Amino acid sequence: MTVSQRYARLRDLPLESVAGRRRGVFGGWKSLVEIFRHREMLGLLVRRDIKARYKDSALGFVWTLIRPLTQLAIFWLVIGQFLGAERGIPDFAIYVFAGLTAYGLFSEIVSSGTASVVGNAGLIKKVYLPREVFPIASVGSALFNFSIQFAILVLATIVLGVFPTFPDILYLLPSLAVLLLFGTALGILMSAVNVYLRDMQYLIEVVLLIALWASPILYAWEMARDFLGEGLLLEIYTNNPVTLAALGFQQAMWNSGDGVVDYPADLLERLGIAALVGLVAVILAQRVFARLESNFAQEL
Amino acid sequence: MTDTAHASATAPGVPPEVVVVKNVSKRFVLRKDNSLKERLVTLGRLGRKHREEFWALNDINLSINAGTTIGLIGHNGSGKSTLLKVIGGIIGPSSGTVATRGRIAALLELGAGFHPDLTGRENVYLNASILGMSRRETDEKFDQILLFAGIGDFIDTQVKFYSSGMYVRLAFAVAVHTDPDILLVDEVLAVGDEAFQRKCLDTIRRFQQEGRTIVLVTHSLGQVQEFCDRAILLERGNVAFDGPPEQAVPRFRDLLEENRKAEESAVAVVTGVESTAAPHITAVCVGTPGSPAAPGEEATVESGANIDVSVTIAATEALSSWMLGIQINNVHGQAVFGVGSDLLNTDLPELLGEVTVTTTLSNPMFGEGKYFVDASVIAADGTHLADVTQAASFNVVTPRRSRGTLFADARMTVETA
Repeated sequence: MTVSQRYARLRDLPLESVAGRRRGVFGGWKSLVEIFRHREMLGLLVRRDIKARYKDSALGFVWTLIRPLTQLAIFWLVIGQFLGAERGIPDFAIYVFAGLTAYGLFSEIVSSGTASVVGNAGLIKKVYLPREVFPIASVGSALFNFSIQFAILVLATIVLGVFPTFPDILYLLPSLAVLLLFGTALGILMSAVNVYLRDMQYLIEVVLLIALWASPILYAWEMARDFLGEGLLLEIYTNNPVTLAALGFQQAMWNSGDGVVDYPADLLERLGIAALVGLVAVILAQRVFARLESNFAQEL
Repeated sequence: MTDTAHASATAPGVPPEVVVVKNVSKRFVLRKDNSLKERLVTLGRLGRKHREEFWALNDINLSINAGTTIGLIGHNGSGKSTLLKVIGGIIGPSSGTVATRGRIAALLELGAGFHPDLTGRENVYLNASILGMSRRETDEKFDQILLFAGIGDFIDTQVKFYSSGMYVRLAFAVAVHTDPDILLVDEVLAVGDEAFQRKCLDTIRRFQQEGRTIVLVTHSLGQVQEFCDRAILLERGNVAFDGPPEQAVPRFRDLLEENRKAEESAVAVVTGVESTAAPHITAVCVGTPGSPAAPGEEATVESGANIDVSVTIAATEALSSWMLGIQINNVHGQAVFGVGSDLLNTDLPELLGEVTVTTTLSNPMFGEGKYFVDASVIAADGTHLADVTQAASFNVVTPRRSRGTLFADARMTVETA
């Protein structure tokens, strides 16, 4: 390209405001377009996270499997057998693993998302990028781990001869959408807040621990219903997005329970509404993120 | 920048504006409390005590036309790096707007985003995409990048095993192959060995020829004079000067000099005055014969003209055998010329009361720039009785432009075979 060609090309380009391109009414849309333009980099960031995590370890990504399997074994043995939670829940292992897989996706998106902006401080201070890519890349690497865990779950249903049936399996789609939307919203929001208040990443750990037990993963939903009774408390408990998604996963992947355990009424509708609320939450989280991000470079 | 400059930039034939900075201010808030607990404790009115504000940039206006190379100079903390980051969109301004056109590459740190656990190849792809290149573009340029970096087979080794030189070479190779319209450079040219630095500077020159715009933050005033078409001197967040580097650099040196003097007097107040018994140097003046400069005044002399350096010494106790030494340093602190009464075989009379010794330098051919004078009173046994450093300064102008601390009337002749 000659100098005059370059000048001519530059002259045709609009003068784009550096700060203004992400504010205003259409800021969210512009951010989305910008993130879409950086999708290749997003892919590379996800691959970097996955590759770097188990680099130089002999077993490599097998560790991705060992952790959830150990968790499953402990929960099955201690909660299921010792504490007797498996009474009334046939194929308790599948039940627990279906819920754990759902919860694991949410938990990883949120916890690694929260740490993502601070963890990429070196990049943020030195290069301009749409910074949302960091929490979103966390979603990507969490999805990778999720898919492995999910494959094991499917394998287990085949081995135990309780393969999920159609159309129950379609519950997966809204459940996954709820997990992804709420996880992304929380990840984006917390990653920005964590820059200013590093307490957030510890707070999030606690919240995630509560979320594990506040959802019918290790026990049946009806146990909670029997305790809480019908009413507002049960509604709050049930409409927690992690609860809804875990129930959706169980509905889809654990068919031994059909007709044996109760599910809340209108689960599909609840999931649909939750997904819509999640979408709004993502949009709001992104707006907050865009407000906070202009000071990232100096706060990190 | 004035409005006329804005108008002319849009006229055909003139390179288009690529960066327009309007009324940009940046406020930093320094908080002393950083955890939730601390912040809750110091909530409300108390909280304000825990914040400190300062304006890193104060209503900056400038516009940069395509193809220019701009040097941002100023003290540490004058706001030059902040301005660069605001232009690059890395930090947002507190008020005002920054508008740019074309692809920007910010080279604030070489290898930002290199992941130690990934191989060189993986990092090249990642870093290139961070700097805005697509996978296909990177594929096309990969061989060029590898050649430029000159790290050979190490490309498939994890970068944590690289030497720092290899790391920097690879990072720079990626950065310069991203085809930016605007390149923002912050001090990165100060790293690497000499051969690598030369490569960097050659690349900068090539970029200039290709009509790319370069904004350079540097402490090397030599680089500014060598490369830049325009220099912007920042002082406490304000533009103190905006114009040709030949004028900006002396302005900056004056500023540095003022600050140094202010600091020195502050130190003197703290440490108190030295004992009065020993002789001390009360004044050092530099002037030309016939027009002696007053103390504290800065003379401007033409290269090759005679220079008088007079040193005034006061002593309350008689000193029979002593020597006087003077030394002239350039801005980098390098000794350019030094002489003493011992070397000149000058017999100095007994020192009592006030004595002024003038040293005349005949036809010194100093190069263009600012010079500083040190002086010392030395006893016969070699102990320093009084020292002053950078007690006076003077500027040298040369009839023609040249570089270095020596000026010579040079000419070139060509013979063709």
